[in-house]
Amino acid sequence: MFGLEKRDANLLIAVGALVLLAPIFLNPFPEGSALAQFNAGYPDLMQRFVIFGIFAIGFNILFGLTGYLSFGHAAFLGAGSYAGVWMLKLLTINVIPAIVISTLVAGVFALIIGFISLRRSGIYFSILTLAFAQMSFALAASVLTPITGGETGLQTALDDPRILDAANESRNIPAPSLFGLHMNDSAQLAVGDWLWTFNVGYYVAGIVMLAAFYVAIRIFRSPFGMMLRAIKSNQQRLNYTGLNTRPYMLACFVISGMYAGLAGGLMVSMDPLAGAERMQWTASGEVVLMTILGGVGTLIGPVLGAGLIKYFENIFSKINDNLLHQWFSFLPQGLEDFVVTIIHPFIGKGWHLTLGLMFMAVIIFLPGGLVELGQRASKLFKKRNPPQTGGQKEPAE
Amino acid sequence: MDQIILQILNGLDKGSAYALIALGLTLIFGTLGVVNFAHGALFMIGAFCAVTLSRILSLSHVVLDETKKDFLGKPLKVEVPYANDWFGPELGGAIIDWAVPLSILFAIPVMILIGVIMERGLIKHFYKRPHADQILVTFGLAIVLQEIIKYYFGANQIPTPAPEAFVGSFDFGALIGLDSGKVIYPYWRILYFCFAMLLIGLVFAFLQFTTFGMVVRAGMADRETVGMLGINIDRRFTIMFGIAAAVAGLAGVMYTPINPPNYHMGMDFLVISFVVVVVGGMGSLPGAVLAGLLLGILESFASVREVIEFLPGINQVVIYLAAIVILLTRPRGLMGRKGVMED
Repeated sequence: MFGLEKRDANLLIAVGALVLLAPIFLNPFPEGSALAQFNAGYPDLMQRFVIFGIFAIGFNILFGLTGYLSFGHAAFLGAGSYAGVWMLKLLTINVIPAIVISTLVAGVFALIIGFISLRRSGIYFSILTLAFAQMSFALAASVLTPITGGETGLQTALDDPRILDAANESRNIPAPSLFGLHMNDSAQLAVGDWLWTFNVGYYVAGIVMLAAFYVAIRIFRSPFGMMLRAIKSNQQRLNYTGLNTRPYMLACFVISGMYAGLAGGLMVSMDPLAGAERMQWTASGEVVLMTILGGVGTLIGPVLGAGLIKYFENIFSKINDNLLHQWFSFLPQGLEDFVVTIIHPFIGKGWHLTLGLMFMAVIIFLPGGLVELGQRASKLFKKRNPPQTGGQKEPAE
Repeated sequence: MDQIILQILNGLDKGSAYALIALGLTLIFGTLGVVNFAHGALFMIGAFCAVTLSRILSLSHVVLDETKKDFLGKPLKVEVPYANDWFGPELGGAIIDWAVPLSILFAIPVMILIGVIMERGLIKHFYKRPHADQILVTFGLAIVLQEIIKYYFGANQIPTPAPEAFVGSFDFGALIGLDSGKVIYPYWRILYFCFAMLLIGLVFAFLQFTTFGMVVRAGMADRETVGMLGINIDRRFTIMFGIAAAVAGLAGVMYTPINPPNYHMGMDFLVISFVVVVVGGMGSLPGAVLAGLLLGILESFASVREVIEFLPGINQVVIYLAAIVILLTRPRGLMGRKGVMED
């Protein structure tokens, strides 16, 4: 189906179902219950799940297939974001041009950076991409202020030209829309105590993400993808057989950059604001974390990783001491205080600490990330181990 | 002329911080072959050693001062540091005043201990793994260390002043025959530069003139052969990791009066230090020092007003631009050796 093998088609269908039904199963706890704050089914967070999923899928195409660790991928996300906001400002409030142009702009940007950075490999490549990203960040935050809005960021305004749109009669800044469907519109459905929110922006981003995921599967299974894996396992041997690996690498880098640009374009379509901090190297580090945490070189891993990190960021950082005291109130007073004191550094503002520890644990014990965890778990349950969905084995080195 | 000298001086203090961090990075890379992304965090921990010690020294208790009265005529409550009680007000005051230089003594054992624990506890297990894994695990460690410091010291910058004696500026221009007042420079920054040079000299002397250093250099050249000669090279490399951590930590200690430490200062320096290492040549100790100083000076020249007017924003990007140009024209960096990280 769709030109995919059965296993991949099943994976795609599963991911599709997850994306489409996410508003329902991400809200497993009834409204108003004590656990309702663990619900992730609100539009803002779900949009971030899929958008960062796209970003991580793209990063994984580069890092997972070729082993080239780029520490400057956020530069493409930022470039895409700026391009997207400018389209929303100049052309039309419809998101389609914004998304398309931001992908293309990021692609061109990646072509330039990749052309230079890919002359070197290994740690040098990481440093070069890092240097380019830091340069873009520094320039965007200072000198390029007329284009990027500097520290305050770039956003849509009331008096933007928007040459393709009808004159704006209302006194409000128009919200990004898709042929009249506003991105921040939602339909709500209450079933019993549960409240499900179906958001237009989320579904737009979700469908784009499914398309991106499909393309990623095709790339992974194509001869081109095979070639990229060959580069990872032994580039020298490829060179000795007379193959020039540079065009393959460059194509891969550009594709990866375009994914980042697509994510940036979607991000500004949901919330038309782009800031320079999106290009900072911490943002590049974040996508690395997502990919590793989920599982490098696997299809589904980056999406899982992105979801997990964004969930932590939004939900776990909201837990505070009062809540902990509530949870552990069944313990005797002294013990309760003790437990809360122990947990305190890891929650709320300290969630980065949890993230760092989790990340280290994954690198040390589970180089394959969550996907490997799943594989090991299923191995425990089943004596014979059928090949797992999405668990793309690395070629022998 | 005076402008040029001033900018060179300006570049030297920042450049020597880069050089010290880059030296430690190169030392670790040259001995253990590990790319340590947590090195900036070590720099930051060093700076917080200074903060901790100055806090410990100024621990104080409240006493009633009978000589001073508040507006109600009651004796005024005065905070008296314990140091004053123990050593008398003059020596005690001096000790508190000199907290930052004293922290050097405090930071050396702490940093060596942290370095050794890091190497034995974590990095040891990553020698056989790919470089990407090493980068990632030390990156994770850097996040963890940063967050721990943030938890205990908060997210704000903590001002830690230099001793009274070093406040003020030195008229450097007068010394070399220029008009006085043209080229003036803070004492502490001059001290920082001298301190950095001393430290670098010590590290080089240690490697060059001691038996221990000789064995380490032999191990850097050919680890297996040294091991076969019956020398426990791993232990020596662990100690070198501790020394590299101490160098980064001392760079941080002495930097606190120049730039009040906060929890992410390490990362800010780390990115540039990596660029420095790559420009200097991976695995080359003199290259790291040279590149650190050169890039520091280059950065300060790019921050001159005339240059910024001519090329806006150049001060922000000049280091990265230099790195890109050098990497593309001299792939091994300024003083890189053949066969090191040539993948």
